[in-house]
Amino acid sequence: MSDPILSARGLSKRFGPVQALDGVDLEVRAGEVLALVGDNGAGKSTLVKSISGIHDVDSGEFVFEGSPATIRGPASATELGIATVYQDLALCDNLDVVANLFLGQEETVGGVGSVRALDEIDMEQRSHELLEQLSVTIPSVRSEVGTLSGGQRQQVAVARSLLGEPKVVMLDEPTAALGVVQTKQVLDLIRRLRERNLGVVVISHNLADVFAVADRIFVLRLGRRSGIYETSDTTEEQVVGAITGATADTAEQERQL
Amino acid sequence: MRVGDPDVASPEAAGAEETSPRDLMRRFLQGDLASLRVILAIAVIWIIFDVQNERFLSAANLTNLFLQITAVGLIAIGVVMVLLIGEIDLSVGAVSGLAAAVMAVLNVKQGWDPALAIAVGVLAGASIGLLQGLLFTRFRIPSFVVTLAGLLTWQGALLLVLGKTGTVNLSNSGITDLANTFYGPAVGWIFAAIAIAVFALVTLGGHRKRLAAGVTTEPTPLLLARIVAVAVVVIVAVAILNSDRGLPLALLILLAFVISFQLLTTRTVFGRHLFAVGGNAEAARRAGIGVDKIRVIAFVLCSSMAAVGGILAASRLLAVNQSSGGSNLLLEAIAAPVIAGTSLFGGRGSVWSALLGATVIGSISNGMNLLALESSVKFMITGGVLLAAVIIDAVARSRRQAEGRV
Repeated sequence: MSDPILSARGLSKRFGPVQALDGVDLEVRAGEVLALVGDNGAGKSTLVKSISGIHDVDSGEFVFEGSPATIRGPASATELGIATVYQDLALCDNLDVVANLFLGQEETVGGVGSVRALDEIDMEQRSHELLEQLSVTIPSVRSEVGTLSGGQRQQVAVARSLLGEPKVVMLDEPTAALGVVQTKQVLDLIRRLRERNLGVVVISHNLADVFAVADRIFVLRLGRRSGIYETSDTTEEQVVGAITGATADTAEQERQL
Repeated sequence: MRVGDPDVASPEAAGAEETSPRDLMRRFLQGDLASLRVILAIAVIWIIFDVQNERFLSAANLTNLFLQITAVGLIAIGVVMVLLIGEIDLSVGAVSGLAAAVMAVLNVKQGWDPALAIAVGVLAGASIGLLQGLLFTRFRIPSFVVTLAGLLTWQGALLLVLGKTGTVNLSNSGITDLANTFYGPAVGWIFAAIAIAVFALVTLGGHRKRLAAGVTTEPTPLLLARIVAVAVVVIVAVAILNSDRGLPLALLILLAFVISFQLLTTRTVFGRHLFAVGGNAEAARRAGIGVDKIRVIAFVLCSSMAAVGGILAASRLLAVNQSSGGSNLLLEAIAAPVIAGTSLFGGRGSVWSALLGATVIGSISNGMNLLALESSVKFMITGGVLLAAVIIDAVARSRRQAEGRV
C-alpha cells in the first residue's frame, strides 16, 4: 500500500456551538479514490473546506508528501497541490471551454499587467491535449460552456482543476443532478484521475456511485469518523449502518486496516 | 441571434468530433449574423428615409450623420465596458458635459494649452469613474443608484464650472479642429488602402497561424467574405465622404477608439476577465481574478470615454453650455450597444455594437430631423426603438435560459 500523499490528523472545527469536525484523521493516497460519505450535516463539506483552505481548522495537523504542512487560505492549499472542484462548478457560461479552463491563469504573449495579449493558439492546443488525455468528449473546445450538458460541464470543471498539476483532487458531489450516461462519463473521468496517480477524494451521497468508483470509503458521522472501509470487502449495508450510526465500530475497522 | 439553435442543443450527439460544421454555423449566426442583422436594419432605415426625402442619402447628409454619431459612439464604447460586467452607468451624459466644461474653462478662461486642457478634461472623467467604481464596489450600492446620484451631482458641477454666463464658446483651433477637420481625397484613399490591407493581413495571418497550429479556425470562404465586405464598406464610405467635405478627423478618432477597445476586450487578459466577471462573478473570484478591480477599471474606462465623447461634442458645437451632455445623449449612448446586441445582463456583447447601434440611432434621429417631424413624434419613435431593442435582448436571454444557458 502506497504512502499517503496527504494525511490530516485530529482535525477539529467548531462553528459557534456546533462541533462540525471532532478530531478527524484522514489519509489520501496516490492512485486511490477515497469516497467521503455521511448524512447531511455530518461534516463532509467542512472537512473538504478545511483541506482546501477555505476554513481554517481550530486544531489538527497536515502532512503533505511526508513533510508537515500548514493550510491557511485557499492559495496555500493550491500551492501544496490540492485542487477542489465544488458542486456549483463555478464556470462562466458565457465563455468557451478554453477560456474557462484557463480563467485566471491565461497564457499570454507580451504586454504588461492586464493588458497582455492572450495566446489563444497555445491555450487551445493545451486544452485539446488535456481533454484528450482525460478522454473528455465535448463538441468543441470553442463551445460556449453554457451549451454543454451537465456531465460535460462537470468534466470541464475537473479538467480545469488539473491545469495547476495538483497531487490531490477533491470533488464535491460530482454526480449530483446528472443523468445515467453523464454520471458514467464523470465516473470514468474519476478513474482516469486515479490512473494519473492522483489522490482523489470524492464526496457523494450516492452509494451506487461510491461503490462503482471508490477504493476506500470514509464515513463521517456527527463530525467524527464512524468507519473506514475497503470497497472490495464491504457491503452497502455496512456503510449505511456507519452513516446512520447503527454500526459505528470504528475501532474494529481500524484494526482491520 | 439564435436562429439555428434547437439542433445544436444536443451536444451529446455531436460526440468527440472536432468543430462540427454546425458549431461553426452557430458561431457565424451569433457573431457575423448578429452584426449583419443590425447592418440590414440600418439599410432598411436608410431606404425608408431616402424614399421620404431624397436628400437623406446625399453625401452631405451622410457626412453629417457620421459627425453626429461620433459623440454618442464614443460614449457608447465606454458604456459597453460597464454593460459587459452587468452594470450600468447613468452618469455618462452628465460626465461628458462636465468634462467638456472643464476643458473649455481651462482653455478659454484660464488660457491653458488645448492639449493640456483636453487631457485634464479626460482625467476629470477618469477620476469620476474611479470614484463611482469605488463607491459601487466598497459599499455594494447598486451601480444604478451610484450613477444616478452621479448624474445629478455632475450636472450640478457642470453649472458650477460654467459659472454665471452658462456658456463658454470655443475658438482655439486645437480643440475645434477635432470635429471640424476634413482630409482631402488623396488622404481618404490612402487611409482606405491601409485600412483594408491591415485588416486583410491581420485576418489572414491569424488564420494561417491557426491552421498551422492545427487549432479551430473559421472557414476560409467566410473570412474572405468578411474581408471583401469590409473593403466594400470602406471604399464606399470613403467615396461618399470624398464627394462632400472629405474624411472627417472625428470619424477617424471614433474608429481608432472602437478598434482599440475591440482589441482590448477580445484579445487581452483584461478583456477576458471583463467577460468573466459579467458572466459569473463568483466563478471569476474563485479563479483568482480581482473582481472588484476589474469593476472599478470598467467604470473608469466608461467615464473616460464619456469625457472623450463630451469633448468631441463640444468641439463640434464650438461651445459648452448648460445643456451639454443633457437631453437624449445618455439614453442614446446606453441604447446604442443594446440595440446592436450587447446584453443589459452582462457577459455578452462587443465594442463593435457601440458603433453599429450609434449608427442606427443616429440615422433615425437624422432622418426624422430631415423630415421635420414634430418633437412629439420623434420622442415616441425613439422610445419605441429603445423598447424594441431591450425586448430583443430579454427574449434572447430567456431563450438562452430555456436552453440551460445563462
